[in-house]
Amino acid sequence: MSAKPKFAMYWAASCGGCEIAVLNIHEKILDVDANFDVVFWPVAMDAKYKDVEAMEDGSILLTLWNGGIRNDENEHIAHLLRKKSKILVAFGSCACEGCIPGLANLTSTKEIFETYYETVSTENPEHIRPQPSYTMPEGEIRIPKLYPVLRTLDQVVDVDYYMPGCPPESHQIGAVIDLVVQVLQGKAELPPKGATIGADKSTVCDDCPRKRNVKTIKEFGRIQLTHADPELCLLEQGIPCNGPATRQGCGAKCPTAGAQCIGCYGPAEGVIDYGARLISAFASVIDAEKPEDIDRILDGLVDPAGQFYRFNLAGSLLRAGKSAWQGK
Amino acid sequence: MQRITIDPITRLEGHGKIEIFLDDAGNVANTYFQIPELRGFERFCVGRPVEELPLLTNRICGVCPEAHHMAGAKAADAVYHVDIPRTAKMLRELLYSAFYVTDHTTHFYALAGPDFVMGPDAPVAERNILGVIHKVGLEIGGKVIQCRKYGHTVVEMIGGRKVHPCTSIPGGLTKGITEEQRKEIEEMGKWAIEFAQFSLKLFSDVVLGNKAYVDLILGDVYTHQTYYMGMVDENNHTNFYDGKVRVVGPDGKEFVKYSPKDYAEHIAEHVEPWTYLKFPYLKKVGWKGFVDGKDSGVYCATPLSRLNAADGMATPRAQEEYDKMYKTLGGKPVHQRLATHWARLIELLYAAERWVELATNPEITSPNFHTIPTEKPTEGVGIVEAPRGTLTHHYWTDERGVVTKVNLIVGTTNNYAPISMSINKAARSLIKQGTVVTEGLLNMVEMAFRAYDPCFGCATHSLPGQMPLEVTIHDADGNPIKVLKQFCE
Amino acid sequence: MTDTPETKPFEPVIVGFTCNWCSYRAADMAGTARMKYAPNIRLIRLMCSGRLDPTFVLKAFAGGADAVLISGCHPGDCHYVEQNYKALRRFHLLKRVLTQMGIEPERLKLVWASAAEGAILTDTINKYVEEVRALGPLNWPAKTIESVSTPIMEEVAA
Repeated sequence: MSAKPKFAMYWAASCGGCEIAVLNIHEKILDVDANFDVVFWPVAMDAKYKDVEAMEDGSILLTLWNGGIRNDENEHIAHLLRKKSKILVAFGSCACEGCIPGLANLTSTKEIFETYYETVSTENPEHIRPQPSYTMPEGEIRIPKLYPVLRTLDQVVDVDYYMPGCPPESHQIGAVIDLVVQVLQGKAELPPKGATIGADKSTVCDDCPRKRNVKTIKEFGRIQLTHADPELCLLEQGIPCNGPATRQGCGAKCPTAGAQCIGCYGPAEGVIDYGARLISAFASVIDAEKPEDIDRILDGLVDPAGQFYRFNLAGSLLRAGKSAWQGK
Repeated sequence: MQRITIDPITRLEGHGKIEIFLDDAGNVANTYFQIPELRGFERFCVGRPVEELPLLTNRICGVCPEAHHMAGAKAADAVYHVDIPRTAKMLRELLYSAFYVTDHTTHFYALAGPDFVMGPDAPVAERNILGVIHKVGLEIGGKVIQCRKYGHTVVEMIGGRKVHPCTSIPGGLTKGITEEQRKEIEEMGKWAIEFAQFSLKLFSDVVLGNKAYVDLILGDVYTHQTYYMGMVDENNHTNFYDGKVRVVGPDGKEFVKYSPKDYAEHIAEHVEPWTYLKFPYLKKVGWKGFVDGKDSGVYCATPLSRLNAADGMATPRAQEEYDKMYKTLGGKPVHQRLATHWARLIELLYAAERWVELATNPEITSPNFHTIPTEKPTEGVGIVEAPRGTLTHHYWTDERGVVTKVNLIVGTTNNYAPISMSINKAARSLIKQGTVVTEGLLNMVEMAFRAYDPCFGCATHSLPGQMPLEVTIHDADGNPIKVLKQFCE
Repeated sequence: MTDTPETKPFEPVIVGFTCNWCSYRAADMAGTARMKYAPNIRLIRLMCSGRLDPTFVLKAFAGGADAVLISGCHPGDCHYVEQNYKALRRFHLLKRVLTQMGIEPERLKLVWASAAEGAILTDTINKYVEEVRALGPLNWPAKTIESVSTPIMEEVAA
């Protein structure tokens, strides 16, 4: 029986990128192994749900949860792991604010089913839809039920810490592991509950190497329809970059590589609604005063809700579009 | 009926569960491999600007976002009817080759390696990456970490980030590479070739040098005769990034070779009400259920399938290994699914050779990495080979390039029917009247799906050495009659 | 006969963000002059319409408001020179986002006013209350846990 504290990592409605980001700490993974006993990590080892159920409440010291709450299995395991864990971290954008699967909140589960089971390559003449429970000749078999709206982890259980990013950058994960090891050794204190860890407080613009001037946008463009100046702020060139509202911590990798920031690190410190802040920022720098000129410039943003809430819809104030709530 | 439930399936990406039903005699009546999740990408990508799709579809899978990024980028290029500059094509394929090296390495060493290097019946405590390291030396862990590090360094240099690359846009890329970066990429690639050869030698010494393992590979338990799919270049050599999709029959003869834009004439998807995932099959053969053979539309898309579907490898060292494998296993096509592990290592070598080939091409550092599209966007298809199978992205847009419809056929999805069949056959072969269901036996059922690499393993994480597993067998009234546990506290 | 909850007329709840220098003063003036305006509107004073953070609008809707009215000084008259143009641009952009979210764009209104236009403001508010009454309640469910915790697959599967 190991004396090392227990560690778990679990994924709900997610993609596995957070797991890979953890692996990309390379040699530091040995620090995790040296200091923890990994008791549940479905991607990497074979503990099952039954094993978690058999554990004592609070016996897992640290659980990293990535993924949003899409169905009743996700919710069930969220409550289970909350019970069994001392510290539960909402790890990555999906758990913190919904991330890309949260874009489903702009449509509805009904439309998702209608689309997926009737695509151009799908042969489904009887319009079969999956059933939560189905009786086969041998017995009844079940699959989880979807909820109408995708939720963040803290909309379902109490969360201790938030680690933003899609995925959190590996150097940040490494820094957090260093901190955790220091805490275990009694050399450091845990941050206050509810804190955001593995990121800084300001925005991506602070880390972006591009030159910035006063912005007066006369037109929004599309990145593929221009050869952007590699040294100048992208937003200034009319390419919709989310840097001004996105939390600092990733090192501004995307704008450095020539691509606009798409907002995967979530809101800066103290911000309740990411999209609202970005709306404010974009509106502030549009160079127009007459309504018709404003509209002409805004027509260049072909998908405002997607632009402003790409990663952050489920965790926003409105959380989802009307059709999602109504399941239509 | 007695039921054995394995939930969740572990050591793969995503979620899954297996239900095994036993009849009164104790033989397997049937098995069901269910996928319990659905996120809805084909629906919620509608309304988004098409240039975002290589970024949004990255999030279908964070283990192989590079695959979705490339398929999405090619589909978006096709939507704009734009030919990207040669340098952009080479840079994308270079990133992709380095990614393949990383990904195949991760799978082999953490997922497959233990079963082979230690043996399927080995004590569970040793049947993991730690056991492999003890058996072959501590150096291995370090090499695997090194390989992953190198691969992801290349991905970041060209793709902007290590996970979820961001530099592919319609018409090419947002950046190129400098000569300094090129030199570094070349050096890392040369190391990768050596590592790939080392891995193949390891396989040869430890697996092929052991008769028991060879018997397992050649045995009937894990063998299926289906169609095989893979992308090939104009010489019918395997290519991961570009080409046509070739399908050969169970007899190895070419059944069809299609251009990406024609995929819907050849592939259809079947729906069952007890699982969220669909089952692709060959349209012209038809869906006949979960059965083998020439008359069943079930096809497979894995490293073994790709090698079966191709006439050879495009690089010399990989070609040598390809010849060796087919000679050893008695010619083409090879139907034994466990041989996929071998094929995967051959692909690893090819990817490393291709990495160096591209990195030493003088055009790779050209500043001409993007062509501005001039035509109106309409509709386009992009296909690449994901490590886990042929990946198809199909986008339709309005005249502004805003997405109106999406169709995706994703790598592992191609293999949903074959995996179900492999699990079924393994369970039937291994669990019979009077069989005591042991941990080793359950592992051998798991080996049936593991060969397909349904997702990723953990390259360097020191597994605790135990496979905690609990199996509960119920009688016809649902009362538990036997509980088997291993390493469950 | 008593009003049952079903027969009581719908009383819209409207949040009104008013600028200290124009509409807030106009509303004050209306009050002093005993000009009646509907109690459905809850006024919140900002020092300038340019202070309007879109967060306020979204919080109002998520919190149960059926409509939001923003009011600022006429273009050219802003006490802080140009900030009412910021309000105008934010208003246009917010409307587009709200539409995509399924909130009728009519539920967000922007009016220009001056401190002397008490009567006009009163009239505008009263008319707007009736417009929103005709639209019906928004009942945005963001805070209601029950509306999301019930799996709906059976309905979807039907």
